[in-house]
Amino acid sequence: MLGSGLLQGLAVTAKNLAGSFHDPTRYVTTEYPEQRTKLPENYRNFPFLVHDDPADPAGTLRCVACQICEKECPPQCIYIVMERDEKGKALKRPKVFDIDISVCMSCQICVEVCPFDAIKMDQKYEIATRDRFGALLLHREDLSKSNAYYHQIHPTEAAGVDAALAEQKAKQAAAKAAKAAPAPKAAATTTTPATAATAAPAQDAAISPAPAAPPPATAPDTPAKPTPAP
Amino acid sequence: MSLAFLLIAFLTVATAAVAMALRNLIRSALLLVASWAGIAAFYLWAGAEFVAFAQVLVYVGAISMVVLFAVLLTRPSRDETEATPASAGRFLPALITGGAVLGVLAGAIVGSPLRTSAKPPAAFTVRELGLQLMGPHAAALVVIGALLTVALLGAIVIAAPGRPGDREDTR
Amino acid sequence: MSAPAANAMPLLERLPVALRDACTGWLPESWRWLANSLLSIVALFVVFATLFALLTLAERKILGRVQNRPGPNRAPLPFLGIRTYGLAQPLADGIKMLTKEDIVPRGADRVLHFLAPVALLAFSIMTLAVIPYGRTLLPVELDAAVLYFFAAGAATELAIFMAGWASRNKYSLLAAMRALAQLISYELPLLLSVVPVVLVAGSLSTRVIVEKQGEWLFGALPQWHVFTPWGFAGFLIFLVAALAESNRSPFDLPEAESELIAGHLTEYSGFKYALFFMAEYFGMCALSGMGVTLFLGGWQAPFPALGFIPSYGWFAAKLLALLFVFMWIRATFPRLRIDQLTRLAWKFLVPLALVNLFTAAFWVLSAGWAGPFAFARWVVAGALVVGPFLVLGRRLSTGLGPRTYRYA
Repeated sequence: MLGSGLLQGLAVTAKNLAGSFHDPTRYVTTEYPEQRTKLPENYRNFPFLVHDDPADPAGTLRCVACQICEKECPPQCIYIVMERDEKGKALKRPKVFDIDISVCMSCQICVEVCPFDAIKMDQKYEIATRDRFGALLLHREDLSKSNAYYHQIHPTEAAGVDAALAEQKAKQAAAKAAKAAPAPKAAATTTTPATAATAAPAQDAAISPAPAAPPPATAPDTPAKPTPAP
Repeated sequence: MSLAFLLIAFLTVATAAVAMALRNLIRSALLLVASWAGIAAFYLWAGAEFVAFAQVLVYVGAISMVVLFAVLLTRPSRDETEATPASAGRFLPALITGGAVLGVLAGAIVGSPLRTSAKPPAAFTVRELGLQLMGPHAAALVVIGALLTVALLGAIVIAAPGRPGDREDTR
Repeated sequence: MSAPAANAMPLLERLPVALRDACTGWLPESWRWLANSLLSIVALFVVFATLFALLTLAERKILGRVQNRPGPNRAPLPFLGIRTYGLAQPLADGIKMLTKEDIVPRGADRVLHFLAPVALLAFSIMTLAVIPYGRTLLPVELDAAVLYFFAAGAATELAIFMAGWASRNKYSLLAAMRALAQLISYELPLLLSVVPVVLVAGSLSTRVIVEKQGEWLFGALPQWHVFTPWGFAGFLIFLVAALAESNRSPFDLPEAESELIAGHLTEYSGFKYALFFMAEYFGMCALSGMGVTLFLGGWQAPFPALGFIPSYGWFAAKLLALLFVFMWIRATFPRLRIDQLTRLAWKFLVPLALVNLFTAAFWVLSAGWAGPFAFARWVVAGALVVGPFLVLGRRLSTGLGPRTYRYA
């Protein structure tokens, strides 16, 4: 009958109109800036540098200025200068670490290649500014944020990184204890395979953070199997 | 001859005269429409409300559309809506013809015996108009209705796009 | 305005007239008529201008809520900074319209460009004069009020042509022609759906039409025209034609944004555009008011028990309900193409309105039927309404189907 479709359409819109007052599925607006949507955990924006102790941010910065991320960055937005002492010896710290966020495309390659879990992706998106040349070039102090902050924004990822780092540290301590054991010559040959064995799971954990750290016994048995991230 | 009458008369004649004098065809069409509205004001002044509103509805509301569509659809381009006199030699015959029509109309108006009375006429309601139309003047009404129907059918026949096979539009 | 037995009515009912008399009662008799008229014009204009402002806001809020979003809710009160759920939005829109630059295209006809919105608004406001807003609130009492209303409405079409022509823009001229085609096509169903009302009421005066819908059947049921078969059909036809006459969705082809920019309004900006907008809303209010008057009983209360609410309150409630229906329809239906809407007018609404006239004539002639024949009267009238609707509706919908292509 002519008009039955019209009446059905009117009923649908009436349902929407009435529902928008009490039904959250029929009122989908988030009134920014009073409300903000909850970002998913894997949301990423621009990178930041992780330091472990907020009391000494410059000292506990994980970055050793190896410049791998600078070389791997596709738009080449990272600029690193290693800190050297008076004699020219490299102190494993960056004197200058600049990221130009007007160039950065948030591809996360720097995070993927960093061997030291030093650079991770941040989630701040409210960075609009009127100062195009000054405020869009972030320096080391602007980029350095604490591990606690990293736990806050990426809880599972940070837990995986911390577990991997702790395990690595435990292996290194075990290796050092084995080196201090009564067989110094035998330890010289066993450290290399041990450090090789500990370097591999650390690399695996850094590239694909698993929800639970894989048990050390099975680490050599599970080579770079891509575990799906949660 | 009250002030209202003189004012309405002046406006009607003035708009009609300016409509004749203007070169821009659309503007003169719109001024002609204004003079028809002036005639509706005459009817209102005379107390014939129904006829005044019918005048507005028919002339200003519909016949103006016909005139404007005709002007626009028969002009080759927009800028050629200028009314240009064909030649100077046509001026004298036009004057004579117009003068003759004016003379006939004036003679008819002056010569016909229009009753004037001191007291204003009784208020004429729409009901009485309806009864008059449907009673003594019913034949005229039917003839006019038939004429309009024939005109409408003729318009449809002229505007119809031909045999169904020729048409390409989607139904 | 008429003033019947003043003290026989409750206080709220006679409040507007009492206020008016308090303002102008001290004037001498010859001046009083003029002062009363001016006062009623001012009151009408104030009420409808406020209604226009609130309607623009209500439209946006209702459309928003239907579309799962809030609508405007951020405009704060000036200098105070308080956000009021969007109530200050019309103020913000008004200020924006007033401060925009008024651009007239270089080759445009300046006089006509200026006159078009003025003429449109003037005729739209003139149509408001014959609607009875309450028992004693009829601004101008005319014997041929309904005809006056539609005559003034027909004159608005001329202003749309002037707008399209004066812009010196071939697209707005084309759109003005399409708008004129739409308006002329829908004049006919509009007027034809009103003729049965005049037939049954026996008068063209809106006051008489509302008073004829006054008594209650069996003491409780309202006798509005919409509750009769011919009145229901007539009301629906009037509703569709009123939507088309005021260029509202789904008939807003002349002024939609995807259609030749803004149709005949393309070259208008700032205050002139606001005047066009205002004229469209006034036209919508006037047609809704006339629909309420002709079909929904005007200022009559639906039940005698609810008679304590003043008559202008009932008129306002019905008017707002009808305006809400207009907005609800806008939120629901997609736009019609020009050939679809002209086909709807000429091939569906006009025959239906003519049959409706016949049904109303039958209703009047069978008014004396009583007893079981009263039921038969309803059945016959109902069949006369529903039958042609189904038949014409089926014919309207054919022509849709799998599209066939011919390759040259």
